Amino acid sequence: MSTVINESSAQAAGGMTTDMPHEFLTFTLGAEEYGVDILKVQEIRGYDTVTRIPEAPDFIKGVINLRGTIVPVVDMRLKFKLGKAEYNEFTVMIILNVARRVVGMVVDGVSDVMQLTPEQIRPAPEFGSAVNSRFITGLGAFDERMLILVDIEKLMSAADMALMDSHSQALQ
Amino acid sequence: MSLRILAVDDSASMRQMVGFTLKAAGYEVAEAEDGVAALQLARNERFQLVLCDVNMPNMDGITLVRELRQLPEYKFTPLLVLTTESGQDKKSEGKSAGATGWLVKPFNPEQLIATVQRVIS
Amino acid sequence: MSSIDLSRFHQTFFDESLEGLDTMESALLRLDVGSADAETINTIFRAAHSIKGGAGTFGFSAVAAFTHHVETLLDRVRSGQRQVSQSDVDLLLRSVDVMRCMLKAASSGDELDAAQAAAVQAELESSLDSDVAQAPKVQAAAATAAPGKPRTAWSIHFVPKPELFASGNDPLRILREVSAMGAAEVSCDPARLPPLRAAEPDLCYLAWTVKLEGEVTLEQIHECFAWVEDDCTLEIVALDAEVSPSPSPSPPPLPSPVAASAPAPAGTAPKRPSLNVVEGGRSETRDKAGEGGSIRVGTEKIDALINLVGELVITQAMLMQQAGQLDPVQNERLLQGLSQLDRNTRMLQEAVMSTRMLPMDFVFSRFPRVVRDLAAKLGKQVRLSTVGEHTELDKSVIERIADPLNHLVRNALDHGLESIEERSRSGKDVCGSIRLSAAHQGGNILIEVSDDGRGLDRERIIAKARERGLQVLDSATDAEVWQLIFAPGFSTAATVTDVSGRGVGMDVVKKNIQALGGQVDIASQTGHGMTVSIRLPLTLAILDGMSVRVGDQIFIVPLGAVVESLQPRADQVKSLAAQGHVIKVRNEYVPLAELAQMFGIPGESSGPSAGILVLMEAEGRKIAARVDELVGQQQVVIKSLETNYRRVRGISGATILGDGRVALILDVAGLVRLFSTQAQAA
Repeated sequence: MSTVINESSAQAAGGMTTDMPHEFLTFTLGAEEYGVDILKVQEIRGYDTVTRIPEAPDFIKGVINLRGTIVPVVDMRLKFKLGKAEYNEFTVMIILNVARRVVGMVVDGVSDVMQLTPEQIRPAPEFGSAVNSRFITGLGAFDERMLILVDIEKLMSAADMALMDSHSQALQ
Repeated sequence: MSLRILAVDDSASMRQMVGFTLKAAGYEVAEAEDGVAALQLARNERFQLVLCDVNMPNMDGITLVRELRQLPEYKFTPLLVLTTESGQDKKSEGKSAGATGWLVKPFNPEQLIATVQRVIS
Repeated sequence: MSSIDLSRFHQTFFDESLEGLDTMESALLRLDVGSADAETINTIFRAAHSIKGGAGTFGFSAVAAFTHHVETLLDRVRSGQRQVSQSDVDLLLRSVDVMRCMLKAASSGDELDAAQAAAVQAELESSLDSDVAQAPKVQAAAATAAPGKPRTAWSIHFVPKPELFASGNDPLRILREVSAMGAAEVSCDPARLPPLRAAEPDLCYLAWTVKLEGEVTLEQIHECFAWVEDDCTLEIVALDAEVSPSPSPSPPPLPSPVAASAPAPAGTAPKRPSLNVVEGGRSETRDKAGEGGSIRVGTEKIDALINLVGELVITQAMLMQQAGQLDPVQNERLLQGLSQLDRNTRMLQEAVMSTRMLPMDFVFSRFPRVVRDLAAKLGKQVRLSTVGEHTELDKSVIERIADPLNHLVRNALDHGLESIEERSRSGKDVCGSIRLSAAHQGGNILIEVSDDGRGLDRERIIAKARERGLQVLDSATDAEVWQLIFAPGFSTAATVTDVSGRGVGMDVVKKNIQALGGQVDIASQTGHGMTVSIRLPLTLAILDGMSVRVGDQIFIVPLGAVVESLQPRADQVKSLAAQGHVIKVRNEYVPLAELAQMFGIPGESSGPSAGILVLMEAEGRKIAARVDELVGQQQVVIKSLETNYRRVRGISGATILGDGRVALILDVAGLVRLFSTQAQAA
């Protein structure tokens, strides 16, 4: 997956603002485009065979072996009931580092890496996105695109993600 | 070539303190934690001074001094025993075993260096 | 002022001193008061001596002063001036406690129980004073002359014995030192020099006379000759009248490097040193430098190494699997190489694992003291024996087994052993016995805590269990009844003592042991005592497992839990009304666990006689798990599921198979429990 710095964002970054631009990895879920803090992303890889885990909700596909570490995989398409949860050679996983854990996330597709300056980020209005608005930190807008910025750490730690024991949620 | 000193003490902190102080003063220092280890080291390498604690497991300092004096290479080498103020008799015991002299514990780095400089320069 | 900051050595001093105290303690505990073994006494003395020396050097004067008394007492024992008594051992043990507190206070800045320290010190002093009263001769010869006044001119005649060189002393060095104190005129007397041919190069034939001018005391001169006073004839004569004491005496020109403190004059008891609550302060720079012989390595480094080796084992297993399909004749050398790699990998794994291993003694060594103190408190007599203290166990297991063991030992002493009267009434040795043992058994370690006390009371346990609403069948086996004491909140003690009735029950013990992948079993014989056996994996990192297939999933069953596997026959399987199925195995009805169903795996097996049953046992209960296929036995590296995920019922962890896929490891004890609750719920 190559990193593409969007030209317009590069211009924006070179503008008058002294604020550091923020980098986001963008991905699609259904018709919506989302962005997560690039610093939370460990790597992007193809979909692996997973080992199912008993008593897990359907959107937790199971666990994979990531260079010797057991990593759970969440299919966001199933979680948010979007698109068709197909697994083929194009299916990708974003490996995240959140809440001192490693979690794999299956999405419809990974787009690119974008830089957003603070003024390109607007507070999120209440609106009906697939992801609950309490996990949305803002909207990133440029050109014709609108990016829903997600607090991925908070989202993955949420109780209904069923990824962590309740006691470790309490620690967050 | 700098002068080489063998520091023998079963206490790691004393070895560290003696070793560090003497190295800081420009000497080369080897450490041993009892008489047996010291004797083996002394047989393989030549030291210009041996500083040894009296109370040690396996082989005590007095025996070490006696053994070292038997070695031709250490016939005239300064051997100092580290005694304590309560160990008066250890001074004469050390002397009759062949020790050059003694240094009374507790001592500070300056006293240590002054004593070492007394016997080797 | 020290040019070298001694605080850099503090941590080493604390570490070694605390170790020394442990040595003292265990040696004191094994000391036979009647015939004290000289080497044991020496060991104790040496430890105290080192602590005192270090404390003095590094500026912990209160520790040094306190330890001085301990050392003095021990020195008298060592030299035969004092017969060691049981009360001495008690006093010394309490002194060890005080020293430990003082050191911990000095290292961490914690509060010190100064009153306790002062009390023990007072005891030590009075105990020593009573000795002195009996033997006033000690140190009488050590009295030193009153310091002389400085003179301005001295004549020193120094005649070394010919053997002077053999002590490593150099007369010229001494003469230089003397001369440095003032204006000196040195003359050499060659009278003893033999004809050159007869002269031995090793002998000292010369003698010297020094005329010294300057304000110098007799002591200062003697100090220069201190090391050779027995090896020479020394005449020191004052050539002038005493110098009248000047209003401000100038400091001695040469600060003496030796004999920093003169011995205390005889007769005057040393002043009681005051006890500082915190001394020396915290050391800012903690020197972590290694000490010879071994190096300290952070456990995270070792764990990283273990992980890497785990990866290597997996890769190696994958290669072996692939190689299985090759033509053995054409690829002979490759296959040879692979099998060599297999052996080397296993050995490397073992070697790396062994770096984390510690002897059981690490835990056992604390018990003599625990038992001794507790027995005294309870007024019981106990003999503690330990077996297999050299048995090695993974560090992380050792650390986590200490508390459960402590609880079991206290329980045995408090509840297991009868009072002295009760024992003598029933004709037993009044001195009870507690035995701790550790031994390797396959890939496990078996730790046992046994006592020869009253044993468990079956009727009382059943009554108590029913009182608490637990269901117990009259026909329950003893093993099942004994397991009841592990139920939460269950305690059979008629009275709650402050020894073991601390709210931590046997249920916590069991939970802790299960968390380590271990099992607890109890054997008891009324009137003869009981044994609690703990079976633990040697390490939390590796497991001998049997891999089984259920549908398209592979599971690992810990080999230790597998009893047998069998082909079910339809007539063996019975359906219990609303309680699922049981299978009759050798006259025993065992609950049948349909793994595919429990774990929601679309399976191929159907019908009572399908697949294979794996009979597993944990906590004295069995279940039969239906699987589709037994795949094989293998050692697997245990990976935590909880690092990135959460706990899953019935699963204790995961591993990585030869093909790189993840397989889950069954938690047999958990399954047994899960199954029985499911059966009860149904």
